[in-house]
Amino acid sequence: MRIALFVTCLADTMFPAAAKATVLLLERLGHEVVFPQEQTCCGQMHINTGYQKDALPLVKRHVRTFEPYDVVVAPSGSCVGSVRHQHAMVAGSDAGLAARASAVAARTYELSELLVDVLGVEDVGAYYPHRVTYHPTCHSLRVLRVGDKPERLLRNVRGLDLVELPAAEQCCGFGGTFSVKNADTSTAMLADKMRHVLDTGADVCTAGDASCLMHIGGGLSRLQTGVRTVHLAEILASTEA
Amino acid sequence: MSTFLGMPVHAPRGVGHLRGDESFPAAARTALGDSQLRRNLQHATTTIRGKSGRVIAELPDWQELRSAGSALKASTMARLPELLEQLEEKVTAAGGVVHWAADANEANQIVTDLVRATGSQRVIKVKSMATQEIGLNEALEAAGITPVETDLAELIVQLGNDKPSHILVPAIHRNRSEIREIFLRAMPGVDPKLTDDPPVLAGAARRYLRETFMSTTVAVSGANFAIADTGTLAVVESEGNGRMCLTLPETLITVMGIEKLVPTWQDLEVFLQLLPRASTGERMNPYTSMWTGVTPGDGPQNFHLVLLDNGRTAVLADEVGRQALHCIRCSACLNVCPVYERTGGHAYGSVYPGPIGAILSPQLTGVEDNASLPYASSLCGACFDACPVKIDIPSILVHLRNQAPHPRTEAAVMAAAAYTMDHPRLYRSAQRAAKLSRIAGRRGRGLPPPLNGWSASRDLPAPPKETFRDWWRNR
Amino acid sequence: MSSKNIILDRIRAALASGAESPEIPRDYRRGPAEVDLDLLVERLVDYKAVVHRLNPEKSGIEPVIGGGVEGSGPQAGVADARPLDGVEAEGAAGGGSGGERAASAGAAAVRAAIADILGAGTVVVPPGLPLEWLPDGVVGLVDDGLSAERIAAADGVVTAAAVAVVETGTIVLDASPDQGRRIISLLPDLHICVLRADQVVASVPEAVARLDPTRPLTWISGPSATSDIELNRVEGVHGPRNLHVILTG
Repeated sequence: MRIALFVTCLADTMFPAAAKATVLLLERLGHEVVFPQEQTCCGQMHINTGYQKDALPLVKRHVRTFEPYDVVVAPSGSCVGSVRHQHAMVAGSDAGLAARASAVAARTYELSELLVDVLGVEDVGAYYPHRVTYHPTCHSLRVLRVGDKPERLLRNVRGLDLVELPAAEQCCGFGGTFSVKNADTSTAMLADKMRHVLDTGADVCTAGDASCLMHIGGGLSRLQTGVRTVHLAEILASTEA
Repeated sequence: MSTFLGMPVHAPRGVGHLRGDESFPAAARTALGDSQLRRNLQHATTTIRGKSGRVIAELPDWQELRSAGSALKASTMARLPELLEQLEEKVTAAGGVVHWAADANEANQIVTDLVRATGSQRVIKVKSMATQEIGLNEALEAAGITPVETDLAELIVQLGNDKPSHILVPAIHRNRSEIREIFLRAMPGVDPKLTDDPPVLAGAARRYLRETFMSTTVAVSGANFAIADTGTLAVVESEGNGRMCLTLPETLITVMGIEKLVPTWQDLEVFLQLLPRASTGERMNPYTSMWTGVTPGDGPQNFHLVLLDNGRTAVLADEVGRQALHCIRCSACLNVCPVYERTGGHAYGSVYPGPIGAILSPQLTGVEDNASLPYASSLCGACFDACPVKIDIPSILVHLRNQAPHPRTEAAVMAAAAYTMDHPRLYRSAQRAAKLSRIAGRRGRGLPPPLNGWSASRDLPAPPKETFRDWWRNR
Repeated sequence: MSSKNIILDRIRAALASGAESPEIPRDYRRGPAEVDLDLLVERLVDYKAVVHRLNPEKSGIEPVIGGGVEGSGPQAGVADARPLDGVEAEGAAGGGSGGERAASAGAAAVRAAIADILGAGTVVVPPGLPLEWLPDGVVGLVDDGLSAERIAAADGVVTAAAVAVVETGTIVLDASPDQGRRIISLLPDLHICVLRADQVVASVPEAVARLDPTRPLTWISGPSATSDIELNRVEGVHGPRNLHVILTG
């Protein structure tokens, strides 16, 4: 299958490892990955901070860039969530754009959705000999409703010891600009998330969203906990070889 | 003139409790540092989430009930003028008197005049969000009338010179030992051997209020539901203080927001299933009273219903935001909100705290008067899932953020960022620049304001050698 | 311009851009469903009512799980009715359909149950309540407009009921002559409610359908309680702290 990668600006700039892993994993499974060069940012930060007017050109760009592709994948629950639930709204009275945005949204998948629902794979042949806990991330869980797909993928990873995260469904406190505008409350939420991660005794905390991992990882690193954050794609791309 | 008067307006300033003294982040900072508050909130919200989850799981048709509740409320809003007139007609036919209050000041004046006309110097009150919203107690006190809150939590708040912090459980921020201390300090005639055993505390409130119930001739209540096709009002409660207020006095004055309407008697079958399970986590609350006008020989012989706008029509005018009027005040969204759980209700500055408050208060007052509230959420979506009438709170938050006044610097940065993102070459240069700027954000250095809140407690990741884009080009 | 007209005009202006009035999806459970009296008892007990089940098929005796009203706090449980001397089991069905003999037998069972709850004392009764329900030693104070003080001073109140809901453990009073004014079931600390099996429905929608909204209605689920202290249900605030349900038939 020919799959267009919607890399997301954050993974492109800050977490290229997650994006590379997405490419290598899909290629290993026998698919062709293309990277449309005109893509930049889906506009989620602007939309969620109250700047829909500024986001409009970004939505137009995104729609234009990904329109030619039958299947689009992103290693981010929240960016796919924005494409699926916000782009048509930002298009507003531009009915033509809204319809095109909805069409692109319908073909855009978060990585675990693509693997399980579209490609029908639950065992990607990965090997990752670590004790891992999974944070479901709010937008994967409650906007995309990916359910237990990521965990099903993780359970099939050889060598991986998956430990359940207490209060997993609770937000880590990132929320985009929330973590800046309400930094104190965000930190209080992060403190509880870190406590739960540490309670599991895992050495790796994974998720399907680089932004939440940046937040949780930033806290875990500051406290020198020794627990790493690793994107789901990187675990699924790991092999014994 | 009539056109001007007939346009929706926001709740007036200078009266009532819809606006805080400080912004949410500033108020939250104080609350976050209160370890007792944090502990009480965490305990209470965890308890209620568990209880509510268990009784909701007992109903196989919970989702169908939510859909029905949501549709009923949308239908009510669409037909509000005819339903309100129907309600007025039915209440009047049953011996009640209906008053219309365009805002808080008018409602306070109506109630004060009605109480004065009875000659009573005191009113007993059932917990009512609407009367808190309009600051009725202050208005009554200014007129020399003593309002007595009879709900246990409201009593705790009143005796503690405190403010309510939760829609359902206004004293949620207090634990049993604090309640005991408040009672010992401020409750006249309390047994000095009072313990902090909850039944003992409840018993103390019972003894304290009994005489007041028996001797007060006027009561003020809110209403959970008003049924348009029958003129029936419903108050849902637990303790029996509601029944006391609705049954014993000679005069009953009910203040109700115009959105509390339900079209038909049959529709109650939906809300009576949704509300208790979503709010107190009970299959049914201990007491629900329903009355239609005046019943000769039974209960108050004078009944007044005050229908309150106070900004509601302004909410209704917003096609996205009007969903906030569907709220049945169950407080499920507060109990699941990770922000509320840590800051408590006072940080929201309004009688409506939590996620619903973050969308309702700014719409009632105009978003410029509560500009920080739409941002008091990480948009985690737990509130939407918990709402028994499926109010899409996260989407309304985003919608209101788009209307909120933006700080000038932030707006400039956002515009510049959008411009950059819309020009791939600029975007690539910015990516390279980001590599350099990140060095400034590493541990011990901190980012410049307004980003320093992030770097105060979190590291930024080490800069990657190359962006994904560079890697893709070179592979 | 009156405030009424101002508000109605504002609403019309607010809705001018259009508002959908959607169809109401009524695919939740609504129709008559089988009544499970055991579940009703369980739900009543769960919210700390004491249930006395007069079950003709079990010779009027049910195991005691709890019960009794003495002491400081309310207690819950299922209490048995006293064995009925000389009364045939099926005769206790009551419900007004079994003829005079059955009715009086039903009354005897109710009498026995009330005697169990309250050996002696004064109870307020609504004017339409059968006085034969009261055992010797329990004085019935018929409410003909009694003062609040006299009602509050009574040891209890005995009423019938209009409807009960299995799923929620709720009893509804509708101020009919055998239930009386709302005040009488509120002020005494003990409420004894006599409920017939044929008044029990499975779900809330069935109860709503049976009730007349023009009557004053009081839905009661367990004794007076509060969740205001740490969000745990605590029984015993302003309403009756002891709720006994006598379930006949």
